[in-house]
Amino acid sequence: MTPASRRVGAAAALLLALVLAAVAAPWIAPEDPTRQDLAATLAPPSRGHLLGQDKLGRDILSRVLHGGRVSLIVGLATVASSLVVGGAVGAVAGYAGGWLDDLLMRVVDVLLAFPGLLLAIALTAVLGASVQNVVLALCLIGWTGYARLTRGEVHRLRSREFVEAARALGAPDRRILWRHVVPLLTAPLLVQATFGMAGAIVAEASLSFLGLGAQPPTASWGAMLNDGRAFLLVAPHLTIFPGLAITLAVLALNFLGDGLRDLLDVRPATDLWR
Amino acid sequence: MTRLALRRVFLALPTIVAAATLVFLLVHVVPGDPVDVMLGESAAPADREALRHALGLDRPLLTQYGAFLTGLATGDLGRSLVSGEPVARLVAERVPATLELTLGALVVAIVIALPLGVLAAARPGTWIDRAAVAFALLGAAMPSFWLGPLLIIGFAIELHVLPVSGRGGLAHLVLPACTLGLGMSAILTRMTRASVLECVGEDYVRTARAKGVGRVGVLARHALANALAPVVTILGLQFGALLAGTVITETIFAWPGVGRLTVEGIQARDYPVLQGCILVIAAGFVLASTLADVVNAALDPRTRPGAPEVR
Repeated sequence: MTPASRRVGAAAALLLALVLAAVAAPWIAPEDPTRQDLAATLAPPSRGHLLGQDKLGRDILSRVLHGGRVSLIVGLATVASSLVVGGAVGAVAGYAGGWLDDLLMRVVDVLLAFPGLLLAIALTAVLGASVQNVVLALCLIGWTGYARLTRGEVHRLRSREFVEAARALGAPDRRILWRHVVPLLTAPLLVQATFGMAGAIVAEASLSFLGLGAQPPTASWGAMLNDGRAFLLVAPHLTIFPGLAITLAVLALNFLGDGLRDLLDVRPATDLWR
Repeated sequence: MTRLALRRVFLALPTIVAAATLVFLLVHVVPGDPVDVMLGESAAPADREALRHALGLDRPLLTQYGAFLTGLATGDLGRSLVSGEPVARLVAERVPATLELTLGALVVAIVIALPLGVLAAARPGTWIDRAAVAFALLGAAMPSFWLGPLLIIGFAIELHVLPVSGRGGLAHLVLPACTLGLGMSAILTRMTRASVLECVGEDYVRTARAKGVGRVGVLARHALANALAPVVTILGLQFGALLAGTVITETIFAWPGVGRLTVEGIQARDYPVLQGCILVIAAGFVLASTLADVVNAALDPRTRPGAPEVR
């Protein structure tokens, strides 16, 4: 077993555990994440509440488990939509070339010249705070990375012999793109999507931390950290556990991305962490 | 070099105008009515019309865009809907605090990342290399909105050695600068390590070693100078990201900068203030990338336009 495959295995196991915990949250969470116990507000970790209780006496473990669902949904929805939009734009630009390539890539350049998180903050502030708008905002900024990557790869592949051979045999452009070029994009896009998912989870938590994401009483890791800010002096556990969950999820995804990159021999992905 | 610098600044202007256009479109074209967001959908029609007029939203879109660009060229970013003060003045008052924080974060990042990255590359496979890699991975995974509160718990609440929040002397700067800079130092450590490792394997390094130059001498005089060019590029890109990151860090530490003003603008639904803050941060982002390009060209003549291609 190579070091890269060991890394991929370990990261995938951690990620799988986090995903399973989030998916199974309604069944494994000890309590309803919105159930309040005003007699036990800010209670520290105990046998009955392993991670303690928040300012409304809600069970933090249950909220961390349910918060993972929001992160997972936002991460997957953002990556999937960005991948489809960015992949399609990049493939068209890279394969068509010429003025269409120039035009699409200038749009990408302008969007990449803008701090992504700031654009997401502005968009959600204008559209209104909700999880759907967070996904929309993150997709509007996230597709550019995939577009640039796909465009570069397609541009490189379109002059390769097997593409020219297919063209010489009379295959139409759409068939060449789908049958010969797109399958070769899987590895770099998979690596990029792994890092993109980590970026989306942090961005969602950032927006929720600013009050622009999931709204109360929905549990979300970023919103839990925002809630905990006012009680750092008396109840640091409100801050420690949701932050730990985000860090573990991001660490697992980054490890997985790194490992996959080495394993699949992909060149470094575009950094979405801006 | 001066020509290159002027050329890059000239090229940055259209990007800033494009960013400004994007901000304009955000408020004026995206689905949803800013007036609804500001007043709520149940507001009286007369109040809605009055606000629409005050914001100039009742004029044709192109007229509004023209007025927006003209205002931008003359430094007029409109007036705050809450205080009535000019947005340009409100933002300008906050810029020094944000610059202080961002530069502080940059110093933290460089002071940690450069020695750690070089040491890790000089001793690959040793405990220091493994520690540097672990730091880079963990630092990149820890979001600032968690790291900041953890530093507050550790250094302000438990140890009582640094203030919890606010802006004052150097002591007030330490925790916010570390919160903002540690993530960047993780990325820079990784980049420096990789860049130095690549340079150490080059022929000119082997030649220098063969001529009897010591390990430290080779690193300091040959490898480091060449390894720094890509690091500077990342530094420029990350400096812009730091500016955007101030929105979170300034919120955690009640730091009175542009980032905090952005959040105040969001909370008060003060669109002109929000627009002004985003524009200033975006312009800073573009200028930082431009500066990185110029410094990069100064360090590495191969990256200058017109330089012969090296094979």
